[in-house]
Amino acid sequence: MAGRHTKAQMPSLQRAGVGKEITRAELLRLKATAVKCRLASLEMAYRAGSGHIPPDFSCMDIMVTLFFRVLRLDPFRPDWDDRDRFILSKGHAVGALYACLAERGFFPKEWLDTYQQMETRLPGHPDRNVTPGVEHNTGALGHGLSVACGLAAGLRLRKGRGEDRTPRVYVLLGDGELQEGSNWEAAMFAAQQGLDNLVAVVDRNRLQQGDFTERTVALEDLAAKWYAFGWDVAACDGHDIAALVDVLEAPPAPGKPRVIIANTVKGRGGPVMENKPEWHHRIPTEAEYEEIKAGLSAVLESLERELESEERVNRG
Amino acid sequence: MADVRDAFIKTLIDEAREDERIVTVVNDSVGSSKLRPFLSEFPDRVFNVGIAEQNMVGVGAGLAAAGLLPWVSSATCFLSYRALEQIKNDVVYPKHNVRLVGNTTGVDYGALGATHHALEDLGTLRALPGLTVVTPSDMEEAEAATRALMQHEGPAYLRLYRASVPEKLDAPGSFELGKVRVLRNGDDCTIFACGPMVVRALDAARMLEADGYSAGVVAVSTLAPLDVAGVLEASAGSRCVVTVEEHMTVGGLGSAICEILAEHDPKHVLRLGISGGFAVPGPAEAVREYYGLTAAGIRERVAEFVRRVTK
Repeated sequence: MAGRHTKAQMPSLQRAGVGKEITRAELLRLKATAVKCRLASLEMAYRAGSGHIPPDFSCMDIMVTLFFRVLRLDPFRPDWDDRDRFILSKGHAVGALYACLAERGFFPKEWLDTYQQMETRLPGHPDRNVTPGVEHNTGALGHGLSVACGLAAGLRLRKGRGEDRTPRVYVLLGDGELQEGSNWEAAMFAAQQGLDNLVAVVDRNRLQQGDFTERTVALEDLAAKWYAFGWDVAACDGHDIAALVDVLEAPPAPGKPRVIIANTVKGRGGPVMENKPEWHHRIPTEAEYEEIKAGLSAVLESLERELESEERVNRG
Repeated sequence: MADVRDAFIKTLIDEAREDERIVTVVNDSVGSSKLRPFLSEFPDRVFNVGIAEQNMVGVGAGLAAAGLLPWVSSATCFLSYRALEQIKNDVVYPKHNVRLVGNTTGVDYGALGATHHALEDLGTLRALPGLTVVTPSDMEEAEAATRALMQHEGPAYLRLYRASVPEKLDAPGSFELGKVRVLRNGDDCTIFACGPMVVRALDAARMLEADGYSAGVVAVSTLAPLDVAGVLEASAGSRCVVTVEEHMTVGGLGSAICEILAEHDPKHVLRLGISGGFAVPGPAEAVREYYGLTAAGIRERVAEFVRRVTK
């Protein structure tokens, strides 16, 4: 097991950028980070021979936007009382979470090599007891939204008792997961309580483990459902980081919880896996792995070149 | 005779005046949870989720994650069955300081039938690692258990009920979280009982004494973690053991005692409780009587058992 990390090993603490317009350089950095995190997820699952790469890739741009821009957090103080909370309700996309937490400095990147190994601190679904930065144990679907509601209500209650700022609670839901009825119990409750510090993001990739959602138990009209449940509803391209920043940082609609339907492609970034039902938890063959890795590496290189020239321009 | 729910809510309100972390979560059952006085005193500290037990337990976990101390209350038949996955994954596995309160248990809802009986909850919940399981045997224990769980670190389940129990058992000792309480000694048999069956076992033991049998009585008010040393010590001097619970004879107190004795000190055990299928419907006390869960019923079964195993 890797030892405890020291401050010297960690990237410098970045404050969340809430309220600032995103610069072109920052956008390029976020894009590059999303590619790096995809590479980390691919590597982890390929090495372990187990994992959920396409679900990771589907939500990676959302997760990177949250962890590297939107969320108020401090990797050196994962239990910081005033932090924003993030719950990964679709716990099988844990590879995306670990990649973000490691890249953000919550634990050393070497931990990623222990993913799914015996007695690892990075098990195949999130466990707050063993991994810094993990807020809740998920993996069984249909649990995250209720817990997020409790968190949002609890943090708001404490705010009324003299805390200076109500932290926001973000929860990432899978779309297939919305077939679990418990979500709709929570959706009604959140609206009843007027939890406007709660933001749910639906990773709308239109696939579930066995087939397309609309061929299994259809979710559409999904926006209308949330609207009917009393939520403030927004939608965006879940791979467009600038759009995600806009919608995730928008001030709350007073008295209403917000849901963002993020339209995504399952497996996005690995063309061989994209939008294919058989690729829920399939592990690539060696050839497929090399192909995905090469594709991502090429994108990363080009983003880094672009970023370099952007920074040169900015320095004048 | 009194209702342990009253002792619970009185204590909860008392503690909530001092500790503003205390909140309650309830599934519409404000009345059967006896929460009305709490609601009038702390209206912003009651979260009524409506008829939605899965969400109720998840919300409780979230409130605990926000640093509050939630008491989640519902009839046991919904809490411990509908929301079992939430109890396991959202409360116990993440080790949240949630207190789950089953307010109507066993055959309390006698005539409403098996959908409303809760006779398997001890079996399922005591199997969850790290969940403390408590059921008080009188009003004094109900208050002491509520106070002890305020201080306790980790998730807990408090099994309350509607059967009448005394303000204070006519016996020595007091409630101590994690310990069995020896109420009387006896060498023909030791009776382990929990919840509303404790006072009945105690009455039965007194009758048995008049019949010429010496029966000890032990209140097992913490079922998990079970006080293994206490159980072994209390039963060491007696020839056989009886368990009494308002629960199926599978999975609950009887099973727990058998597990310990089979491994450490094998002896004959008679498990009294509900068996032979789902419990019959009928007024709660009549159902208890039907299954022999009265002082007279316990006396008869224990005398017969002791005669059989000691002959």
